[in-house]
Amino acid sequence: MNQNQEIQKLVDGILNKQIRYIAKAISFIENSEYKIKKPFLKLIFPYTGKASIIGITGSPGAGKSTITDKLIKAFRNDNKSVAVLAIDPSSPFTKGALLGDRIRMQSHTTDPFVYIRSMASRGALGGLSQATKDAIKVLDAAGFDIIIVETVGVGQSEIDVVKVADCVVLIFAPGFGDEIQAMKAGVVEIADIYVINKADLDFAQKLFKEISDIANLSQKQPKPAVLKTIATNTFQESGIDLLKKEISNYLNFIKNSSNLAKKRQYFIESELIDTLSKAMIDKILSNQNIKSFFDKATIKKIYNKELNFYTVIDKIMEAI
Amino acid sequence: MRKIRILIAKPGLDGHDRGAKFIARALQENGYEVIYTGIRQTPKQIALAAVQEDVDFVGLSLLSGAHNELFPKVVEELHNVGADDIIVFGGGVIPNSDIEFLKSKGIRAIFGPGTSIKTIVDFIENESKSRNSKIG
Ligand code: B12
Ligand SMILES: Nc1nc2c(ncn2[C@@H]2O[C@H](COP(=O)(O)OP(=O)(O)OP(=O)(O)O)[C@@H](O)[C@H]2O)c(=O)[nH]1
Ligand SMILES: [Mg+2]
Repeated sequence: MNQNQEIQKLVDGILNKQIRYIAKAISFIENSEYKIKKPFLKLIFPYTGKASIIGITGSPGAGKSTITDKLIKAFRNDNKSVAVLAIDPSSPFTKGALLGDRIRMQSHTTDPFVYIRSMASRGALGGLSQATKDAIKVLDAAGFDIIIVETVGVGQSEIDVVKVADCVVLIFAPGFGDEIQAMKAGVVEIADIYVINKADLDFAQKLFKEISDIANLSQKQPKPAVLKTIATNTFQESGIDLLKKEISNYLNFIKNSSNLAKKRQYFIESELIDTLSKAMIDKILSNQNIKSFFDKATIKKIYNKELNFYTVIDKIMEAI
Repeated sequence: MRKIRILIAKPGLDGHDRGAKFIARALQENGYEVIYTGIRQTPKQIALAAVQEDVDFVGLSLLSGAHNELFPKVVEELHNVGADDIIVFGGGVIPNSDIEFLKSKGIRAIFGPGTSIKTIVDFIENESKSRNSKIG
């Protein structure tokens, strides 16, 4: 089979909701260069835009996966189909990754209306992986009602999830010392809903008060809800049903107030710029004429100050 | 370039998880993407997780003695979901006399206590080379 036929087979499989093809398509996206996967992405683009995308983020070990597991159950109780992308970090040294989020969600593995995929960050620093955005499109085209994206454990600046999720849930847990202080800079402001998990532990109430104060100051519309959960309790006693209700309320609110359309247009805008940079680099690197502008000899000349770095850039830009 | 993905799983009720965790970590340190699914998985759960994760290999770990029953079941479940191409291998406390039987049931290799990681990595690299690389 040639490339086009294989791509068509993937697309057909996805539209027929066949898990094997959905899974293969995500690997294809993860492993291929932009110009190889573009024809595929082009074919699925018309089928995207229907799913609700929920981002689950927070510090390492806060309980993101445990909460995701129970959220899947809550949405399944409403008869919604659910897909999960769970991202864990790749080692910058070995490039390998140990992907453990799935352990907490194994009870859903045999449910045909649930799909769970672990992804390694593969060097991306924003809390997602390069391929996450396109993987979401595959799941969206496959018709999942809800797509949950669990980010890597975040610290201060990993906020790429705001560029993909309709609703961002930020999870805190007591026992991380000055974590809020450290987070204030960037991460804290991204939340549409705050969750204090591990409410069974000491200092949860104190944390709840602190976060409530932050949420009260928020300029967001609607004001972020602040919830307490104990994700390790039984479903009924975990507080996750309430979290699901808050998420649904939030999604309804932004749908009806046209904020969702604004958000999605912002996603498209930021993705346009990202994708365009990739496409440009592809184009530049595949043009032999342009490539000669920065061969080894040129670089040596720049190093020896025989050539001005910025003159070289100007010349390349002119040649494009 | 395709990154090799490996699912490490423990079928059945065996709670000995040190070896499985050790192998998972060692494979990660050798550059693979490893998904560990924890203890007490049914063969069906393992097969479905392998398909959802689109792994190239499933590595099974058992120390309880139930390997002759459970390892072939995993191969069977993979077959049932049309994923015969996924390579199954295993390790744990497994008598040498059982290895022939397990191989006849489709388990490609068994690595017992004391196996060096290099031996396991060589196995993965060799098997990967002989898999044809299609899309995904
Ligand atoms: C530590 C241990 C325990 C710990 C387990 C802690 C844990 N969380 O893992 C505890 C104390 C809890 C325990 C309990 C029991 N144990 Co115990 N335990 C052991 C012991 C001493 C060592 C196992 C171990 O951790 N080894 C270290 C790891 C790193 O080695 P490994 O698992 O073999 O893994 C290596 C290889 O096998 C291989 N490998 C393993 N998995 C995989 C997978 C892949 C894909 C690959 C490539 C390679 C690979 O690579 C690893 C590195 O070389 C063994 C005896 C032994 N010498 O094996 C008994 C042993 C396994 N236990 C045994 C038994 C019977 C039990 C109990 C039923 C009660 C009892 N009598 O103690 C309970 C049952 C627990 C349960 N829920 O299932 C028996 C099993 C008998 C059998 N097979 O017929 C053994 C063999 C002892 C014996 N000789 O009787 N046990
Ligand atoms: N006491 C208590 N422990 C919890 C609660 N929720 C989760 N845990 C435990 O916290 C640990 C981490 O939970 P995970 O769900 O894996 O956390 P995570 O945020 O997904 O972790 P990473 O993905 O590694 O960043 C596990 O041991 C859970 O059992 C809770 O409400 N109370
Ligand atoms: Mg997690």
